[in-house]
Amino acid sequence: MPVLALLVILPLVGALAVALIPARRSELIYPVAIIATIPQLVVAGYILVEFELGTPALQFGEEHVLIESLGIGWIAAIDGISLFMVAITALLFPLAVAASRSVTERVKTFMVLLLVLQAGVFGVFIALDLLFFFAFFEIVLVPMYLLIRLWGSENRAYAALKFVLFTAFGSAFLLAAIIALAVLTGDQFGLISSFDFRLMVATELTATAQLWLFLGFAIAFAIKVPIFPFHTWLPDAHTEAPTAGSVILAGVLLKMGTYGLIRFNLTLFPDATVDLAFWMALFGVIGIVYGGAVAIVQPDIKRLVAYSSVSHMGFAVLGIFALTSQGLQGSIFLSYSHALTTGMLFLLVGMIYDRTHTRAIADYGGLASIMPLFAGAFLFAAFASAGLPGLSGFIGEFTVLVGSYLTLPVLAIIAGFGVILAAIYLLWAYERVFTGPVGNDKLETLKDIGVREVLILVPLVVLILVTGVYPKPILERIEPSVEAILMRIEAVTDYDVPEFGTAGEQVDVEYGPIEPGEKHDDSSEGSQGEQHGDEGEEG
Amino acid sequence: MTDWLWLLVALPLLGALVNLFFGRRLGEPASGWLALIVVVASFLIGAAASVGFFTGDELPETVYLFEWIPILGVDAAILWDPLSALLTLIVTGVGSLIHLFSIGYMHGDERFPRYFSFLNLFIASMLILVLAANYAVMFVGWELVGLSSYLLISFWFTKPAAAAAGKKAFIVNRIGDWGFLIALMIIFATFGTFDFETIFAEAPLMFGVGSGTITAITLLLFVGAAGKSAQIPLYVWLPDAMEGPTPVSALIHAATMVTAGVFMIARSAVLYELAPASGVVVAVVGTATALLAAVIAVAQTDIKRVLAYSTISQLGYMVLAVGAGAYSAGMFHLTTHAIFKALLFLGAGSVIHALAGEQNMFKMGGLRKPMPITWITMAAGWLAIVGIVPFAGFWSKDEILFAVFNRGDGWLILWLLGLVVALLTAFYMTRLFVLTFVGKPRWDDGVEPHESPPSMTIPLIVLAVLALGLGAWNTPFRLSFEHFLEPSFEGVPHPEGASTSEFVIFAGLVLVIAIIGLAAAWWRYTRDPLPAEDGSFWRNALAGFHVDDFYGRTIVAPGKAIATWSSEVFDRKVIDGVAEGTARGIRDAGSGTSALQTGQVRWYAAGMAIAGILVIVFFLFIGGAF
Repeated sequence: MPVLALLVILPLVGALAVALIPARRSELIYPVAIIATIPQLVVAGYILVEFELGTPALQFGEEHVLIESLGIGWIAAIDGISLFMVAITALLFPLAVAASRSVTERVKTFMVLLLVLQAGVFGVFIALDLLFFFAFFEIVLVPMYLLIRLWGSENRAYAALKFVLFTAFGSAFLLAAIIALAVLTGDQFGLISSFDFRLMVATELTATAQLWLFLGFAIAFAIKVPIFPFHTWLPDAHTEAPTAGSVILAGVLLKMGTYGLIRFNLTLFPDATVDLAFWMALFGVIGIVYGGAVAIVQPDIKRLVAYSSVSHMGFAVLGIFALTSQGLQGSIFLSYSHALTTGMLFLLVGMIYDRTHTRAIADYGGLASIMPLFAGAFLFAAFASAGLPGLSGFIGEFTVLVGSYLTLPVLAIIAGFGVILAAIYLLWAYERVFTGPVGNDKLETLKDIGVREVLILVPLVVLILVTGVYPKPILERIEPSVEAILMRIEAVTDYDVPEFGTAGEQVDVEYGPIEPGEKHDDSSEGSQGEQHGDEGEEG
Repeated sequence: MTDWLWLLVALPLLGALVNLFFGRRLGEPASGWLALIVVVASFLIGAAASVGFFTGDELPETVYLFEWIPILGVDAAILWDPLSALLTLIVTGVGSLIHLFSIGYMHGDERFPRYFSFLNLFIASMLILVLAANYAVMFVGWELVGLSSYLLISFWFTKPAAAAAGKKAFIVNRIGDWGFLIALMIIFATFGTFDFETIFAEAPLMFGVGSGTITAITLLLFVGAAGKSAQIPLYVWLPDAMEGPTPVSALIHAATMVTAGVFMIARSAVLYELAPASGVVVAVVGTATALLAAVIAVAQTDIKRVLAYSTISQLGYMVLAVGAGAYSAGMFHLTTHAIFKALLFLGAGSVIHALAGEQNMFKMGGLRKPMPITWITMAAGWLAIVGIVPFAGFWSKDEILFAVFNRGDGWLILWLLGLVVALLTAFYMTRLFVLTFVGKPRWDDGVEPHESPPSMTIPLIVLAVLALGLGAWNTPFRLSFEHFLEPSFEGVPHPEGASTSEFVIFAGLVLVIAIIGLAAAWWRYTRDPLPAEDGSFWRNALAGFHVDDFYGRTIVAPGKAIATWSSEVFDRKVIDGVAEGTARGIRDAGSGTSALQTGQVRWYAAGMAIAGILVIVFFLFIGGAF
């Protein structure tokens, strides 16, 4: 069974189903859209359960050659780098859809776009043919642009345009770099081009080529993450986007950037990675401190959370380019955890915005006396985001910091300031919104969050808590893939990974042929591990 | 027995959860009793498990629970040794009494169950901190006590001052935690583990005395300790923390949490022994803090703020002790202070309760008559902190000062300052006691002071008995406490004890100083009318020498200004300016005519295509495809 293809197909089928709901039965749109996200959740659950531990191998592989001469085909697989990105994508979309009850205009289009968006995001995390990867990377832009443009608040036109311009600017470089790399790869393997990730890994590149290709990839991903100074689209996009848009943007779309950096930059261009690691980490650290400081003074609660994302994702970047096992594992865990905590914060902000239609912190005050449950949930999310031990946010940040100190001590020490800043911006915001006397009369009549809203939050609360107390099941699935990347860097460059703790046990370095999902051998043709299959099959 | 130790943490945690979710249904006072029972149960388990340490039959043991962060080699594990046992008994013992006291004190509060949920959470967090078998788990407890402290300080969150105080406490502590965090990074980079046992075994083998790495680690750990234990320059959160309910001040901000820094240094004794320079820094900061806080305490008018500054000052003593290498003396003062300061705070709470919330000592007076139990028990606390023989504080304070004196050289200055602090302590505590209980009633009209209910007086009585008798645990004649702790300080050089003649001289000196301070305050504050305290010293000291304002002007305000500039100017003008300029440039180059508002995506796509093609050509060229 082509499990991974299902991840892309199922949301599209769901979108079609929603689109076919007749106008007079519009009350069905919301429930159908929620139901349409469930199969993906099941598939992701299946993948999590069946995922094989202790190997860096690419799993659940699928391969169908489409244009043999150009080396284009459907290649999809999952490993420890992408596993939890897929998982959070499957998890956050149902919640985002469920949280979109307050969307009243063009509901059908809204839901269809969300589902299309999900298909695109899944594609990004599973595609290992770089043309497909790029296509998905770009497809994601369209529904997100429309979500902001059509359902955003006052300044939506500006924000949507800015989002597209920034991202597309990076994509231009990404496309160019991908094509160039494909041609260089093809050159070495006697083809016109090849977009096969595994062939690209095997391609020998000159130092100069690595450097330029690295930059081509990195700029696109840096904008996506976003890394300072490419971050200014983010506060605008977040602030103007409808709740579902903000949740998906922060929870999933930003992770396309960190995922890309690990999957492609670190793996494909090891020499350039080692050469540029310090500079990438430096910008990550600037983002941590800058984003955190700027978050403090935001008068708009959504902008505040957006800048907190800049700060948190800076940790993820630092962890990646520390080039240690701890740093990388921490970075991936942090990406996963950030999806939960920031997703939860945006959901909460959306819930209060639905009631008051204002995002200005100054419009609130004393809300904890009126909406105690909501206040409790917000405080939980705030502390999770601020990296309180026992919750998931801590694991990522702590592991990144400890791991980064091994290679980049000064940067790690500066990054530590981010921990102080997070406490300041979150607790000060909480103080102004929730404590003191009730801010104004309009707030007096607000209803606390209801059953539907609680149900949306519960999965996030549970995961934040459980994986904060017991992160091992996640970390041990990430570890082999991370080790493999570092071993490869060690093998081809003169860089030595510091080895501590339980790290450093020998693992299989080779990016061998994709292993089909073990327990189901009906994934027939094209998965025999041969680089170019015999039949060019139409997809 | 050690198999059951995880229950120490699990029980209060369970109590916290039950009260959080079902507290409203349990109602008052059931939720309070539930919270009390779980803490008492923890105390009993702790007591049963530490019997072996008292008899000397048991050795320290590490209890492994589960693997927490594999990549950092961190396990959730408990180190059960006399030091952690001692802290466990203090936390759950004093904790039980304060839970009991709270049932009376919080009577009628709308969020009664929530209060007990937070209080139980604190107990669980503090036990994680003291039971940790490695620095990472200790840090978990360290942060979680910060959380519970935040929740309890701002418990009455509709009061802006309470909300602000909670936030301030957490943030200032986080500044200290930054130091702790960096210490953790260096520790991992140096030892490849956070495990106490491994680190303390390897450090002396890997490093000589005075090593730079260990000095850095110990100094950074002390930054964390200075936050938690309210030392200069991070002490400013503690006086504000008095906004919380008084039993909270007693438990968290006097008896237990604030001593975590001292505990951490004592736990790291092996490392501090390798870094004498750090020890000096610690001792100097401790002494300076003790002195400054004592001076400020003299001028306070709010009964709780006197006690708050007094706590800072006494913490300074403990820090001085561990800085001087007198770990068991520091831990002994920690123990006696936990008792008598909890007693003093609860007594103050009883008074505040009786006066319907009045905290100004100049509106008290003469409470001896209506509140006999509070009066007598608090007298025990007062004499203990002043250091009158045979009360507990006498023995522990004397031990610290003797240890400092014994170091000789420059330490003599610290010893002298320590004596000055003892004098000031006697003065301001007597001032507090006299203003509250002695003299004529000065309370507002319509206030009818009354003795507190048994749930509040029983804890006072128990603590008063301990404040009187606990000193006997460690006297120069019988060093049981030191022997008890010995297994925890294996390999740490042991400061010399005093001979009997030395003891008589030194203890006599400290006692005389205490009596002088006591007598001076007694004479001054039993006069009628009371002395006016409005000179410039009194005003400045009352305002804590305006340290908060100073931080506000030098750190907070410039920080906000920079952040605002970054947000308004750098982001919007500089970065967006460049971005918009680039976009405009591409548009002009691309089509030249289309307006910004229409067809942006189209011109952008065109620009992107052109740029893309150019770059591809470039790549192909450098890649050698041509």
